[in-house]
Amino acid sequence: MRYLTTIGLEVHVQLKTRSKMFCGCAVEYGAAPNTRTCPVCLGLPGALPTMNAEALRLTTLTGLMLGCDIAPTCKFDRKNYFYPDMPKNYQISQYDLPLCVNGAVPLHDLAYPKDAQKSIAHPGKQVGLVRIHLEEDVAKSFHFENSTGIDFDRAGTPLMEIVTRPEIESPEEAFAFLTALRQILVYGDVSDADMEKGQLRCDCNISVRPETQTEFGAKIEIKNMNSVSGVRRALAYEIERQVGELTAGRPLRQETRRWDDAADQTTLMRTKESAHDYRYFPDPDLMPVHTAPLLDAARTRLPELPAAKRARFVQDYAISDYDAAVLADDRALADYFETAAKAAPKPKSVANWVLNDLLSALASAGKSIGECPFPAASLVEMIGLIDSGKISGKQGKEVFAEMFATGKTAGAVVKERGMEQLSDTSALEALCDQVIAANPKPVADYRGGNAASLNFLKGQVMKLSKGQANPALTGEILQRKLA
Amino acid sequence: MLSTLASLTVTALQAKLRAREVSPREALDALAARIDAVDGRLRGYLSTDLEYARRAAESADVTLPLGGVPIAVKDVVSVAGQPCGCASKILAGYRAPFDATAIARLRAAGAIPFGRTNMDEFAMGSSTENSAFQLTRNPWDLSRVPGGSSGGSAAVVAADTAFAALGTDTGGSIRQPAALCGCVGLKPSYGRVSRYGLVAFASSLDQIGPLTKTVADAALLLGVMAGRDPLDSTSLDAPVPDYAAAVRDFSIKGARIGLPKEYFVSGIDPQVEAAVRAAVAHYAKLGAEIVEVSLPHTEYAVAVYYIIATAEASANLARFDGVRYGHRAADTNGLLEHYGRTRAEGFGPEVKRRIILGTYVLSSGYYDAYYLRAQKVRTLMRQDFEKAFAQCDALICPTSPVPAFKLGERTADPLAMYLADIFTIAANLAGICGVSLPGGFAKAADDGDRELPIGVQLLGPAFAEEKLLGIAHAFEQTTDWHQRRPALG
Ligand SMILES: [Zn+2]
Repeated sequence: MRYLTTIGLEVHVQLKTRSKMFCGCAVEYGAAPNTRTCPVCLGLPGALPTMNAEALRLTTLTGLMLGCDIAPTCKFDRKNYFYPDMPKNYQISQYDLPLCVNGAVPLHDLAYPKDAQKSIAHPGKQVGLVRIHLEEDVAKSFHFENSTGIDFDRAGTPLMEIVTRPEIESPEEAFAFLTALRQILVYGDVSDADMEKGQLRCDCNISVRPETQTEFGAKIEIKNMNSVSGVRRALAYEIERQVGELTAGRPLRQETRRWDDAADQTTLMRTKESAHDYRYFPDPDLMPVHTAPLLDAARTRLPELPAAKRARFVQDYAISDYDAAVLADDRALADYFETAAKAAPKPKSVANWVLNDLLSALASAGKSIGECPFPAASLVEMIGLIDSGKISGKQGKEVFAEMFATGKTAGAVVKERGMEQLSDTSALEALCDQVIAANPKPVADYRGGNAASLNFLKGQVMKLSKGQANPALTGEILQRKLA
Repeated sequence: MLSTLASLTVTALQAKLRAREVSPREALDALAARIDAVDGRLRGYLSTDLEYARRAAESADVTLPLGGVPIAVKDVVSVAGQPCGCASKILAGYRAPFDATAIARLRAAGAIPFGRTNMDEFAMGSSTENSAFQLTRNPWDLSRVPGGSSGGSAAVVAADTAFAALGTDTGGSIRQPAALCGCVGLKPSYGRVSRYGLVAFASSLDQIGPLTKTVADAALLLGVMAGRDPLDSTSLDAPVPDYAAAVRDFSIKGARIGLPKEYFVSGIDPQVEAAVRAAVAHYAKLGAEIVEVSLPHTEYAVAVYYIIATAEASANLARFDGVRYGHRAADTNGLLEHYGRTRAEGFGPEVKRRIILGTYVLSSGYYDAYYLRAQKVRTLMRQDFEKAFAQCDALICPTSPVPAFKLGERTADPLAMYLADIFTIAANLAGICGVSLPGGFAKAADDGDRELPIGVQLLGPAFAEEKLLGIAHAFEQTTDWHQRRPALG
């Protein structure tokens, strides 16, 4: 029997704002515990929330990037439940009037895991979204031997929740979804969206059912994944486990499971709880938000999205689809390439240097493009030196390595290493005259028909020029003078 | 000299301070002496910080609007460095680390917030009997309640143990005790005074306001506290007029005063009704025009109020869990027991009753029938007032249906207690402003010659405090009810 898989994701994204969602405290990680707090984010009596406009703008921008409908008015609600990491014992969130609804994330080939890129089930698939809303993060608990400590520095940090439709059909698609989503978020400078740093968190809802069954199977929620590959592995594990249960005739019930990355398996957290009643109601401390001004602000910040950039790179710089996709994969890399490509006469050779030499140098140094030791202009300069014959292609590789190691400009490296070829005709002619005058015998030999003598004379010119004479040009001049 | 000093209004005290007839230190000492003499019987204060007050008085700048004037503050408004316990055990040991915006503005104007007044726990009640710590007595009859929930603030102003006090009004908690104690109590329009630092009971209803000896004093304090606060999104960015000047310059001639017919129904003490009708006649004599108006949804006010207020309270009071501050139950085993016992030990019965009620009305399956429907009726009530104010400048009605009742008389019957607020809660639901002012005296039926103050209430449109206070001032200037003092010795 074949089984169908249905997956829906709830993604939490930490927004790149300087201050928290409802107070002026800095959003900063790694500081001493409870040093980024105030009466508001500690839930002290009498403190009131005020809205972070930048968080609203970033969420609106995300909605625009993902093709969502932006509600003309949205509001904030209180979600009531008790937990020590929640200062007010209610979380300010959005219930029935979220900022964004609908929209989709387009999946592209490179977003899939490398080993799955050859067998994509639905090329060009778009994963639909239900909604995007804004809420505040909770504090962080630390469990010690006999006590629990709470660090409220994270409490009140803006958190954007993106909920997909149950349209994801495989772990690979979930992987591609998260990769593509992350790319778009980074493009919009909405978040760094690094799962390992907790900037992007993801809960998965997964169910399997026999092919012949129309209604969805029991919904299993998986929590605690902290990498995109972890999500893929957790889902793959769950499919196998759930199909195994069904095949063995054991029906599945709705439950929540925790992914144990080290053990590579999920374990039961809780079965369907006595349905939580969050008693949502509109937060009377906050006024409804009219989104028209947010939309205006977000539109001015709407970036070119990855798909559009890929297409334009192919068009403008005459590079292959694949090269364009690799370059556009990382917005910073794409920007670096484009800065160089615009300044270079042959963008294709820029693409080659970036995709081959630069990417592998960065990879082996463990650096990101943002940490590239030299600016795009230096790369253009270096390619120009090769193209104009000032240095050879082989020397170019050497110059590149030195630039990468030291951050020096191409010109400086060439000069320092005395690599610049002497191509100045008048200077070369003077050298040739000098060599001809000093070597009457080889000159006579050459004139007598001994062609090999020319090589000797060329060698003398090279020696005199300390190796910098352009060999081809030197040969031409000598031949002309001895003719 | 000292005892008469304490009985001054804020306006009169300020004049003496500015003229250097009295120093801020002398004024404070006079007040402290009066508190010493009287508060042991009255018990209006939960605590005072006279040491801080003396330091502040020494360096007071009397040229400021409230320079050197000591102010009493209801125990629900945060004053940096002072306890802010909301008369509840659950906030045991908690001191506010910051000033409420209203306090910061009062301080900037030279006022000295020096004492915490008693109240119903978390402002839930109408008699101050729900305080976890002490009973405050009515200065006119120590066997009676001062009203509530700002009962401490009303009592200390009426007893001359404060020049003025801050209260908060969620359903009448400033106006009703002002009426029962015979002082002026102003509930500003919702959004007029910042709520930042006011420990929330019902966020969409709460407002901070002054309790004072005269309308002019209320205008003075309101002017200092009012205005947009970036820390409170619900505070409105409307200009703050010079209320004190507006009140002085106001002319009552031609003002239209509306009589809401639904507010003169059975259940009102006949002496209270007579006093209000006399006030209406007085206004007519002063040249005001009296019109009858209708507020057809009045009968739903109490029900709507107890749904919305308790729903908001159930969430607002969730933060009192013993995790970060306040009372924490000892030796609990596990999180659930920690929450359960901390809150069971920390909250009093009325607070628990309202948390349970509020939790219930928000529960899944009940939300639409209660909370949502209450919000719809609230809108209708707001529209009632809009229509009424198209015909008049202010409404007149009783503040409380009865004068001060005996301590313990209503504690066994919460519903009877809730009805003490029937004339005041509509103003909170509609977000309009209201003031209670001394409008006569009733003879206590069970106590022959004992006189108890009666409050007359005026209600005005949202952000029309200038006119509301002007109309109140016109009454006060031509009557002497506000000049009488209880015989406390
Ligand atoms: Zn904060």
